[in-house]
Amino acid sequence: MPTDGRYDYALREPRLPRPVDTTLAGAAIDLDTRLGMYQRLHELRQFEKRAYDLFLQNLVKGTSHLSLGMEAIATGFGAAMRPDDYTFATYRGHAHALARGMDMGQAMAELLGRENGVLGGKGGSMHLTDVSKGMMGSYAIIGAHLCVANGAAWSAQMRKSGQVAVAFFGDGTTNIGAFHEALNLAAIWKLPVVFVCENNLYMEYTPIDVVTAVGNPAAGRASAYGLEPVLVDGNDPDAVFLAARTALARARAGDGPSLIEAVTYRSGGHSRADPGKYRPEREVSAWAGRDPIPMYHQRLLGLGTPEARLSAIERQVADAVDTATEFAKAGREPGEGSLHTEVYADGGSKWRN
Amino acid sequence: MTVRNIAQAINDALDLALAKDSDVVVMGEDVGRTGGVFRVTDGLRDRYGADRVIDSPVAESGIVGVGFGMAVGGLKPVLELQFMGFSYPAYDQVVNHVARIRNRSRHRFSAPLVIRIPYGGGIGAAEHHSESMEAIYTHVPGLKVVVPATPYDAKGMLLAAIEDPDPVIFLEPIRLYRAVKEEVPEGWLTQPLGEARVEREGEDVTLITWGAMTKETREAAVLLEENGISAEVIDLRSLVPLDIETLTESVQRTGRAVIVHEAPRTGGFGAEVAALLQENCLFDLAAPIRRVTGWDTVFPLKRSEHHYLPGAARIAAAATQVMEV
Repeated sequence: MPTDGRYDYALREPRLPRPVDTTLAGAAIDLDTRLGMYQRLHELRQFEKRAYDLFLQNLVKGTSHLSLGMEAIATGFGAAMRPDDYTFATYRGHAHALARGMDMGQAMAELLGRENGVLGGKGGSMHLTDVSKGMMGSYAIIGAHLCVANGAAWSAQMRKSGQVAVAFFGDGTTNIGAFHEALNLAAIWKLPVVFVCENNLYMEYTPIDVVTAVGNPAAGRASAYGLEPVLVDGNDPDAVFLAARTALARARAGDGPSLIEAVTYRSGGHSRADPGKYRPEREVSAWAGRDPIPMYHQRLLGLGTPEARLSAIERQVADAVDTATEFAKAGREPGEGSLHTEVYADGGSKWRN
Repeated sequence: MTVRNIAQAINDALDLALAKDSDVVVMGEDVGRTGGVFRVTDGLRDRYGADRVIDSPVAESGIVGVGFGMAVGGLKPVLELQFMGFSYPAYDQVVNHVARIRNRSRHRFSAPLVIRIPYGGGIGAAEHHSESMEAIYTHVPGLKVVVPATPYDAKGMLLAAIEDPDPVIFLEPIRLYRAVKEEVPEGWLTQPLGEARVEREGEDVTLITWGAMTKETREAAVLLEENGISAEVIDLRSLVPLDIETLTESVQRTGRAVIVHEAPRTGGFGAEVAALLQENCLFDLAAPIRRVTGWDTVFPLKRSEHHYLPGAARIAAAATQVMEV
């Protein structure tokens, strides 16, 4: 059997991260926003780590997909979005739900499939939804939700509400037809929508460049729809925040959609069943060195934030995750009756009215 | 009252809905300037503008996905997919998302949109333009699936579908668009979904059908009458929800049932009807339930259509066999 990178992706040349753009420390972002993002980064990180621990304890049944390492993207957008904006996410959607303010306990309980979950244990890890927070669902068949975001954007445009729809998706989504349908529709109708590709370099278990015609799966397609290619450092919350602010303002001004490719890396595998062994070791370790959290910690210290303030945030988040976990574990399992509710508008699932 | 055909009745319903509710939008390929491939939306863009009668690209996943998103944002989209075969690229949106979002979100939101799909044979265009695959929609929890066969029902059921809080697959029999005319009342009227229509009363055998096959089934009833067999003809109109009570009552009375559809036989909706009837009234049956259907093959080109589609003679023959048991 051949032993080159075409057969074993772990033997390929590693794709290494770019260095941190240190000039971003001087970006015009106020300290409160930055501290808020610091807290959010920790919430997403500690939530995902706890979710992983709960898998290992066999408390989370079924599969789940974590955003460990990728938290800066949801964080940056969450900080830049208006409360009434729409979010559409994928099966890897815990971070996006929490970044819109979904209650951490209800989110954790949903992962555990409990009655006190945000969806009563009906949605689980892959479908987190909270309409009250503008979190309009996590869509586990990729691509479709980009079209759905367009429709929500159309309605916002028609109602002149000023809302923007933001659709998050992975690099793999750029190769499915609905991605291209959605980009074209958004462009021809100049919709207030922002498409955010989280390029973590792997489509499930396969390097994205192996299965994609262009080097940058999203930015490389932008020109086909008359859009500017936007590439941002997805491991820097400030970079993401600035890109989000620009795209959201453009959408709200009636200047149409944006397509942003935020380059990042999954710390772990595709799902909980995947140790991610198809990746070159040097690549994994290099990206571990570009973890957004220690970098942001250093940046905030450099901007004069006292260490004590940052560690207080970390402790506060740790307590919140513990509280959320206890809340989730205390929830009841849904009864059999819940299977048959909420299929039709009459509340049930009867074959007939 | 105005005499209208089915296409005109649907146009009238869309006109009324667009006029009544500014949240209603119509979207699909060519529905604007051209009025749709079957001219069903003729003139609507002139009256309601290009932002409410929207020409989309040929991108069915996009059409249904956008419609779903519009519904999320409070609009009431009525989407047109030009032919049954063109609906398959949107099947992911329909099955994975539109049909399930109410359940997945625990009622917090839903996708109350109407997807109009012209379907069925008789226009000589083969395969994708002629198929009758209603069963791929009836199988999906969360959807309603209806098939009007008269101008009155087309208008009343479309307005009921637009009012309905659940997503509705609205199937329009292409070969009846301009083949059936009747007086249809002016103004808003709704025909509730889930009620079968007894097209013709009879005593000896119940012929159950829907959509375009109502025509051949009615003709079969006339043939049977000439041979002294009194056939009751029931047009289901609504497959989901299904009016099983009307069917059961009729079959309990006649003791015999023949189900007619132009879709392929295996896994067709006729099998579901037969299963429900045997659950409800097996011991009232004097003979096994029979199905007269399209064949388990690809819908053919024009010269072979008459071999594929059940005709009055095939239906009458099956009913006669049932009577001989």
